[in-house]
Amino acid sequence: MEERVKVSNLNAYFGNARALKGINIAIREKMVTAIIGPSGCGKSTFIRCINRLHEVVPDTKVSGQVLLDGKDIYLPDVDPIEIRRKVGMVFQKPNPFPALSIYDNVAAGLKLNGIKKKDYLDEIVEESLRRAALWDEVKDKINASGVSLSGGQQQRLCIARCLAVKPEVLLFDEPCASLDPISTAKIEELILELKKYYTIVIVTHNMQQAARVSDHTAFFLLGELIEFGKTQDIFTAPKDKKTEDYITGRFG
Amino acid sequence: MKIKFVDLGFKKATTVIALSVVALVVLLVFSMALRSMPAIRKFGWHFLFTGTWDPVKEIFGALPFIYGTVVSSALALLIAVPVSIGIAVYLAELAPSYIKQPLSFLIELLAAIPSVVYGLWGIFALAPFLRGSIQPFLSKYFGFLPIFQGEFYGVGMLTAGIILSIMIIPTISSISREVFLAVPFSQREAALALGSTRWETIRLAVLGYARPGVLGAVILGLGRALGETMAVTMVIGNRPEISASLFAPSYTMASVIANEFTEATGDLYLSALVEIGLILFFVTLTVNVIARMLIWKVAGNVKGEMRE
Repeated sequence: MEERVKVSNLNAYFGNARALKGINIAIREKMVTAIIGPSGCGKSTFIRCINRLHEVVPDTKVSGQVLLDGKDIYLPDVDPIEIRRKVGMVFQKPNPFPALSIYDNVAAGLKLNGIKKKDYLDEIVEESLRRAALWDEVKDKINASGVSLSGGQQQRLCIARCLAVKPEVLLFDEPCASLDPISTAKIEELILELKKYYTIVIVTHNMQQAARVSDHTAFFLLGELIEFGKTQDIFTAPKDKKTEDYITGRFG
Repeated sequence: MKIKFVDLGFKKATTVIALSVVALVVLLVFSMALRSMPAIRKFGWHFLFTGTWDPVKEIFGALPFIYGTVVSSALALLIAVPVSIGIAVYLAELAPSYIKQPLSFLIELLAAIPSVVYGLWGIFALAPFLRGSIQPFLSKYFGFLPIFQGEFYGVGMLTAGIILSIMIIPTISSISREVFLAVPFSQREAALALGSTRWETIRLAVLGYARPGVLGAVILGLGRALGETMAVTMVIGNRPEISASLFAPSYTMASVIANEFTEATGDLYLSALVEIGLILFFVTLTVNVIARMLIWKVAGNVKGEMRE
C-alpha cells in the first residue's frame, strides 16, 4: 500500500508553546486514518499542518517535514495555495458561504481557478454533490442559499465544495461535532464511500466513530503521537498503557 | 419599604424621560405638518412635481430641490463607496497594526470636522481648483457627455458631490470596517482551505458575508449626505434649476430651507419651506431605518453563529 502523506519529525508552535512534538506518521493512499485523543492534544493542529493552514493563524510556526507524494510541502518554493487545492478540508462547524447559492458554494473553488465554462461547471457541481450524497436533496433548489439547508446538509455541502476542486487528500476536522446522530451516520457512510477515491484523515472525539470508519488510528496525547497502527489492533490490543487507558475511558 | 419606593420612582422617571423622545418626534412631525398646511392645501401632490420656485408670484414647487438633493447625494455615493470599501478592506484585513490604529483614528476624526469648515475649504480651495483644472479637463475629453457641458463656475453640483463624498467617507468606511471584522474566522478558513489567495479570500469570504452590513453602511452615509446642509449650501451655487450638467449650480432641500427661511415673508412661502422640511424628514428617516435594519441583520447572523 502506497504512502500518500509522510510526516517526519513534525513540530508545530503557537508562539512559544509547542503543540506538536516530533510527530512521525505515514498516511496510506485510499484509506481512512483516524486521529483520536483528548481535547487540546494537537489533533486539529496536526491535520492543519498537512494543508498548511496552521500558518494562517498569526504567530505560529512549523518545523519538520511533510511529504505529499514524496515532495516536502514546507520547502520554500512550494506555494501553499497549490497544496490547499490538493489537500481539501472539512471543518468542525459547517461553514458554507452565506451569500452564495448551493450551486455557487460548490463552484466557488473552480471559479477561483478561473473556470467559467457553464457546461463544465454544471457537470462538476452535479458530480460533487452526488459524491457528497446531497444531489437528490438539493437538485430542485440548486439556486437557494447554502445556509437554508439543515446542519447535516450544510456539512455535506461543504464536502461537495471541497470535492469540486478535485483534491487527492481529504482532511476532516471533527466533521460531526455539531451534528445530530442521523446526520452523523450519513457523514460516516459518506466517508466510507469517499475512501474509494480519496486518502482521508479524520480527527474525531468519538472513539466509536474512529472504530467504525477508519483503517488506521493514531492516538495523540499532549502533542505527542503515542500509538499508531491498524484500527482493529489499537482498539483490541493497544500496546501502550496510555492508549489503553484512553480507549477504555479511564481519562479524556 | 422606602428603598422600594425610590426604586419605583426612579423607574417611572427614567421611563418618562425615555418616552419623551418619542413624544418629541411626534410633536415635531405634527407641528411641521400644521405649519405646512397652507402649501399642502394649495398645491397638493403637484408640490412634488413642479419645477418652478417663484416667491414673487407665490408659485412653489419642490422638484428642483428634490432633484438637487438626490443627484448630489448619488454623486457623493458614487465617489465615496469604492474609496470607503477600499479603506475598510485595508484597515480590517491588510494593514499592519502600527498603521491600523492611527489611520482608523484619523478617518474617524474626519467625521468630527464641523461641516462649515468643509464648506469654507470647498469655496476657497476645492471650487477654484475644479474650475481651473478639473472642469476644463472633463469638458475637453468627456464634453460629449451632457453632464460635462456648460460653463465652469467652480461652485455647483460637482463640487457639492465631492464635498459630500469626503464628508461621508468616514461614516461608510468605519462601519464597513466593523462589519468586516465581525466576519467569523471560519469563513476565511473555508476560503483559504479551497486554495484562495489573500485577495480571493477577502472577496469570497469577507465581502460576501459582509455585503448586507456594507449596504447598511452605505445607506447610513446616504442618510448623512441627504441631510447635510451647511457645506452643501456653501458650494452648490443655490440656483433652483434642473440642469443636466454637473457643472451648473443647483439647490438642495436642506440648503433652500437654510437660505430662505429668514426672508420668507408671506404664509404660503414659509409653509412651502416647512413642507420641504417635512419631505426631507421622511426621506432621511426612511433611509436610516433601512440602514439600521441591514446592519442588524449582519450583527444578528454573527450572534446566531456564536450560539450554535
